[in-house]
Amino acid sequence: MSARQPQRIALLGNPNCGKTALFNLLTGSRQKVANYAGVTVERKEGVLLTANGRRVSVLDLPGAYSLNALSSDEAVTRDVITGHSKETLPDLLVCVADATNLRLHLRLVLEARQLGLPLVVVLNKMDRARQLGITINKDLLARELNLPVVGTVSLHVHGADELKAALDEPLREVPPAHWKQPGVEQVLATQRAVLGIFERTVSEPSIDKDPSIRIDRFLMHPVWGFVVLGLVLFATFLAVFSGGDVLSGWIEEGFGALAGMVEASMRDGMLRGLLVEGVIGGVGGVIVFLPQILILFLFILALEASGYLPRAAFLLDKPMSAAGLSGRSFIPLLSSFACAIPGIMATRTISHWRDRLTTILIAPLMACSARIPVYTLIVAALFPNDATSAALVMVGLYLLGIVAAMTVAWFIKRTDKEHARSPLLIELPAYQWPDVRSLVIGLWERAMIFLRRVGTIILALTIVMWALYTIPSPRTNDQGAQRSLAGELGHALHYVFAPIGFNEEISFALVPGMAAREVVVSALGTAYSMEGEEGDVDDQLRKRIADEWPLATKLSLLLWMVFAPQCLSTFVVVKRETGSWKQMWIMGGYLFGLAYLASFITYQLTNILSTP
Amino acid sequence: MDKEQVRTIGLDQLPEERWATVAGVTVPALASDQVLVLRLLELGFVPGERVQVVREARTGRDPLAVRLGHTTFALRRHEAAFIQVITTA
Repeated sequence: MSARQPQRIALLGNPNCGKTALFNLLTGSRQKVANYAGVTVERKEGVLLTANGRRVSVLDLPGAYSLNALSSDEAVTRDVITGHSKETLPDLLVCVADATNLRLHLRLVLEARQLGLPLVVVLNKMDRARQLGITINKDLLARELNLPVVGTVSLHVHGADELKAALDEPLREVPPAHWKQPGVEQVLATQRAVLGIFERTVSEPSIDKDPSIRIDRFLMHPVWGFVVLGLVLFATFLAVFSGGDVLSGWIEEGFGALAGMVEASMRDGMLRGLLVEGVIGGVGGVIVFLPQILILFLFILALEASGYLPRAAFLLDKPMSAAGLSGRSFIPLLSSFACAIPGIMATRTISHWRDRLTTILIAPLMACSARIPVYTLIVAALFPNDATSAALVMVGLYLLGIVAAMTVAWFIKRTDKEHARSPLLIELPAYQWPDVRSLVIGLWERAMIFLRRVGTIILALTIVMWALYTIPSPRTNDQGAQRSLAGELGHALHYVFAPIGFNEEISFALVPGMAAREVVVSALGTAYSMEGEEGDVDDQLRKRIADEWPLATKLSLLLWMVFAPQCLSTFVVVKRETGSWKQMWIMGGYLFGLAYLASFITYQLTNILSTP
Repeated sequence: MDKEQVRTIGLDQLPEERWATVAGVTVPALASDQVLVLRLLELGFVPGERVQVVREARTGRDPLAVRLGHTTFALRRHEAAFIQVITTA
C-alpha cells in the first residue's frame, strides 16, 4: 500500500526560468557545488525538506531550451535525464516553467513528458505573472498535460510550500519511454500542441505596448546603448577600486594589529618570525583583495540576473566580430576580470567550438583581480605622489590586456581556414530585479573558493617561501655574505630573466607567483623584510622598489604581469575545458612568448631612451 | 484593407518597430544551418506568432534584436533570413 515517494529529484528548465533562485530557496545553505564527471559544467546538488519533513536530494540541472542539445550545458542535461551519464536517474523530474513566459517554456515540458520519468510541472514567478495581468488556469493546465502542476514564487520564503507538499505525494506510474531526437515536423507538431494548451489555459494582455520594448530600444540604441554600457562598466570598476580600498584598509589594519599582538606576546625567534612575517604577513597580504573580488562578482552577478548583460553582448557583437569573436564571448571575458577560471567555465554556453576555444585562449589576458596587488604596488612605486598618473597607468594596463586579447583573437581567426559562420541566437530575457538570496549565495560561494585557496595553497606557499628565505645556503655571495636558499634559486633564474631586467628577488618571487599571482607581492615583501627592517611591510616595500629598482625594471615587470601565463589553476581548467594538453600548452606558450617579448622590448627600449 | 499591401519577406528585411506575423521557415541546405532553424522553431518562431525587430545594429544591420512574445532574441541577419514573415505595410 505504501506507494513510493520521491527521494532524488532533478530541476529541469529553460535558462532564465528562475530555476537557480528556486533551487536556492529549496535548499538554502544545504547545497554543494562540484563538477559533472569529465566536464566542468557545474553540478549543483542540495537537500530540501518536504512539507512532512522528509529529506529529498535535489539536482539543479544546467538550463536547457531543448534536449536537442546545442551547447555542452544542454548536452549534460540531456545525458543526465535520458540515462546516458554516470548520474543515477532522478526518480522525479521537476520541470520549471516561467509563468510569465509559458508560451516559450511549455515546449520543454511536453518534450520532458516523453522521457518516461514521473514529472511535476512548476509554474515559477507566479507573483510576477499576476502583476503583469497574466491568468493561468492551473487545474485545467494539469488536466491538459495530465501532470501535477504547482505554482511557486522563488523570491518569497514560503514561495515553494506548494511544491514541498507535492513532493510528499506518491510517485505516479509512468510507462517507460525513450527520447528520440525530433525533426522539423515533430517540433512543429509539438509547438502546435503547446499553442493549443496555451490558448485554452492562459489569458494575458497584449504585449504590443509592453514597456520593456521601449527599454530594449534605449539600452540597445547604437549611441545611447554604448553610453549606458560605458557608464555601467565605469561604475563597476570605480566601485571595485574605491569601495574595495576602504574595506581592504580595514582588513589591513586588522592584520597589522594581529601581527602587533603576536609580536608583543612572543619572544623573538624563528617561530615569531614565521608567524608574523610568513603567516600573518603572507596571508594578510592576499586577503586584503577579497573585497575587490567580491565587489566585482557582485556587479557581474547582479547585472546578469537583471537581464542587462545579454543586452551588452548584443551591443558588443559587432565590435567583437572585428576580432573574429561574437557577442557570446562578452560575459565570459567580463567574468575573467574577476578571475579567469569562472570566465573560462562560462564559455560553455558558446555553442560554436572555434569561438569557445578562442575565448578560452584569450581569457587570461583580461586583467584578473589577482593582478591588482602587483599592479598597485609597482604603479604606486612609479608615481609615489601622483594619484592621477597612477590611475591612468592602471587603466592603461587593463586596456593593454584587452587590445592584446583582441589582436590574438584576430590572429587565431586568420588561421581558421573554414571560416564557419558563428551563430548568435542569444535570449535577451525580461528585465527583473536580482534576487537578493541568490546574490548572497553566489557571493558566499566565491568568497569560500577564495578563502579556501588562501587557507591552503597560499598559506603553504608563504610558509615554504619564508623557509627558503630563512634557511641559509652553504655558499656565500660575491660580497661574502650568506645566501638563503631562495637567493640561490633567484640567482639561478635571474640568468633567464636578466635580459628583461628582473633582479634575483623578482626572479624568485615569480616562482610562487605561478601558483597564485598575488603571492608575488608577499614574496617580494618577504625577500626585503628579511633584512631586519621594522615598520609596515607594504610601505617599506613600495619605498624600496621606488628607490632601488631602475625605471626599466618596474615597467618591464608591469608588462610581464599583463601577459605572463599564470596561474597553474588556469592551466588546469584550460586542460579540463578543452580536453586537450595541446591547447593548454599553446595557451601557456603564446602567453610566455608575449610576456617575454613585451618585457624585453620595454626594458631595452627604456634603457636606450634613458641613457643620455 | 488593401490586399496588395500584404507581403511575405524574410525577417531580416523587416523594418524596425513594425509587428509582423511568422509565416514559416525555409529549411536550409547546410546541416549546420538546419540545426539553427530547428532551434529557432523550438524557441517559438513558428507560423502565427507575432514578431517585431526592436533594434538592429547600425553597421550592416547585424545583429538584430527580435521581440517574440515575452522574450527578445538577438539574432544574426543570416539566422533571421530563414524566418519568413507576413507584413501588412
